[in-house]
Amino acid sequence: MSDTVKDKRPLCLSGKGVTKVFGFGEKKTVAVDHVDFEFHEGELISIVGESGSGKTTLSKMLLGLSSTTEGEIFFQGKPRDIKTRKKKKEYWKDIQAIFQDPFSSYNIFSKIDTVLLDCINMRGGRSLPMEKKVEMITEACSFVNLKFAELTNKYPFELSGGQMQRLMIARIFLLKPKILLADEPTSMIDACSRATILDMLLHLRDETGMTIIFITHDIGLAYYISDSVYIMEHGKFVERGTADEVILHSKAAYTKRLISDVPKIYEEWDLSTV
Amino acid sequence: MKNTIRQVFHSPKFVVGFVIFALMLLMVIIYPIISPGDPLQMISKGSFLKPGVYFSVYDSINTNSKTIDLPEANQKRLANKLSDTDKVSMVQWLTAAGVPAEDIDMEDTTSLIKLWNEKYDPTVKPEGMTMAQRNFYKRLDKSLDNILNEQPLVVSAQNQETQTLDEIKRISDTDYVNLKDVPNVKVLPLGTDNFGDDVLKKLVSATKTSLLIGLIAGSIATLIGLTLGLLAGYLGGFIDDFIMFITNLFTVIPSFVLLILISYSIGQDKRGASTVAIVIGITSWVWTTRSVRSQVISLRNRDHVNLSKLSGHSLTSIIIKDILPYIASYVVMAFILQISTAILAEASLSMIGLGPKTADVSTLGLMMDWAMSYSAHLNGAWWAYFPVILVIALISFSLNLMNTGLDQVFNPTLRD
Repeated sequence: MSDTVKDKRPLCLSGKGVTKVFGFGEKKTVAVDHVDFEFHEGELISIVGESGSGKTTLSKMLLGLSSTTEGEIFFQGKPRDIKTRKKKKEYWKDIQAIFQDPFSSYNIFSKIDTVLLDCINMRGGRSLPMEKKVEMITEACSFVNLKFAELTNKYPFELSGGQMQRLMIARIFLLKPKILLADEPTSMIDACSRATILDMLLHLRDETGMTIIFITHDIGLAYYISDSVYIMEHGKFVERGTADEVILHSKAAYTKRLISDVPKIYEEWDLSTV
Repeated sequence: MKNTIRQVFHSPKFVVGFVIFALMLLMVIIYPIISPGDPLQMISKGSFLKPGVYFSVYDSINTNSKTIDLPEANQKRLANKLSDTDKVSMVQWLTAAGVPAEDIDMEDTTSLIKLWNEKYDPTVKPEGMTMAQRNFYKRLDKSLDNILNEQPLVVSAQNQETQTLDEIKRISDTDYVNLKDVPNVKVLPLGTDNFGDDVLKKLVSATKTSLLIGLIAGSIATLIGLTLGLLAGYLGGFIDDFIMFITNLFTVIPSFVLLILISYSIGQDKRGASTVAIVIGITSWVWTTRSVRSQVISLRNRDHVNLSKLSGHSLTSIIIKDILPYIASYVVMAFILQISTAILAEASLSMIGLGPKTADVSTLGLMMDWAMSYSAHLNGAWWAYFPVILVIALISFSLNLMNTGLDQVFNPTLRD
């Protein structure tokens, strides 16, 4: 997708000088350092960086789970207002997330049904009859190749990691948010399930036209799926642009290093750059 | 849930602790049913009656007696009246008075007493014998009067009209009554204490009161600690700082000193068992708060909590459904420990005289306090304090054992 096409799309989520500082004095850590970004509707954006580069902190701020120390985040062009719980709840109807570790994403004390029913309730379907709710849940489950009849009344720990993560996508399918923030959703999952899950995410994007912010450390994966790529190093964006620009014609040294660190099956892995 | 309970009951430590604790509870529930009555009723005049079976002498005289002739009856009677040390003393006097050693037979008590009655003369002053020793022998001689008398005893009653003593019964040394025929028999398995109260009955009621104090104080402490810990840990920020400031304040003041001060200022008259329990409860929540807070802090940034937030759940719903179940096992353990510490705190408070008012209830601590005030340990009245110590130790032991058992189930790394 070229810049010209992208620019025609309306802004979905953007930020100016977004900063997050933990601690103070000598122990001060700047996790995210004055970053600017513009995410457009329907785009698939990858934020790539190594561990500790501030990706997850940025995603928490985007989700409104943690506050920004400085700077402002704009939602659909207007400054985001999530000061009250009610407004936060409204905001979370538009932005949802899939987390890295499916095993810790679920409350192990509540059944799977609860998680999915919560989504329907959140979309205002609280008063729907139970049969209708079950029908919706079954549809969502079949979208991710799961059978609800086999899952009902089960606890999350009775499922495999791949099943749990697919159920997370089913949750997104029910919620239909405008933005999906996927924080390394495939890093804890084996290669086969990974392809399936990525495929489902892309399929979901095509169906609903949602914006997906994909956070990953895998630059190869980012190139494979994304429209635009942001490279993050020590809390700053060192490079940004379309996937082709950033990866095939990278300028920043850090990006080059990330690319060279991707292991290739038929080549010897050059460890000297690591 | 079912699995966890099954796992808990497979832990040998927990099961042993649970069985001991359940037996205590059963004793507290069943004993008052089989032996009803006010535990604080003074049944004996004079303190520290030895444990044993007491039956009415009055009743046994009035009971039909049967004749049983036992050959060693007199021997036993003598042995009961004349101890071995007395016999040695008698031999010493006789030797000093110049009786040849071959005439004295210590084994045959009857002949020894006969010899004594024959030879003893209070006016004789054997050489090297002090006045005090001579007085001792005079007393000993007096106690031996009639010891060999096998004449029947005469029981008489005063005639109301003539004011003379009328013989109503003669009791010979071969008269026996069946204990079952005596209407008034009192079994005191643990004797009586300084007030003359039945120690066993009092102990059971004291165990009940102490367990209740432990339960009330433990619940209050756990509730306060849990609420403050959850709020401080989950909300963070200013509320966390404020709660932790108060908690730290309470941490540096030794809670026992605080307990003494509050108990003292309440005053003796207003201090009932429940007041003491509440005072103990509101001084011992500190460590629960600290540990719950640290657990909650590690939980609040977990993905499942974030997901719950994103699903639009309210604060209370997140705390109750997403945080509390994860720390529930820990809270149960803290609660069990709080009960045990509260029981010990009550005992310590009562030992220094700041326990509940004695007239109303008995607690384990109060029993210890009174036993100590009346020097039961110096009088050899072990039954007044040893069973109490045993019960305190058993309660504390069983609760701690249950706690360790639970700890091993919930923290798999501790399993051995």
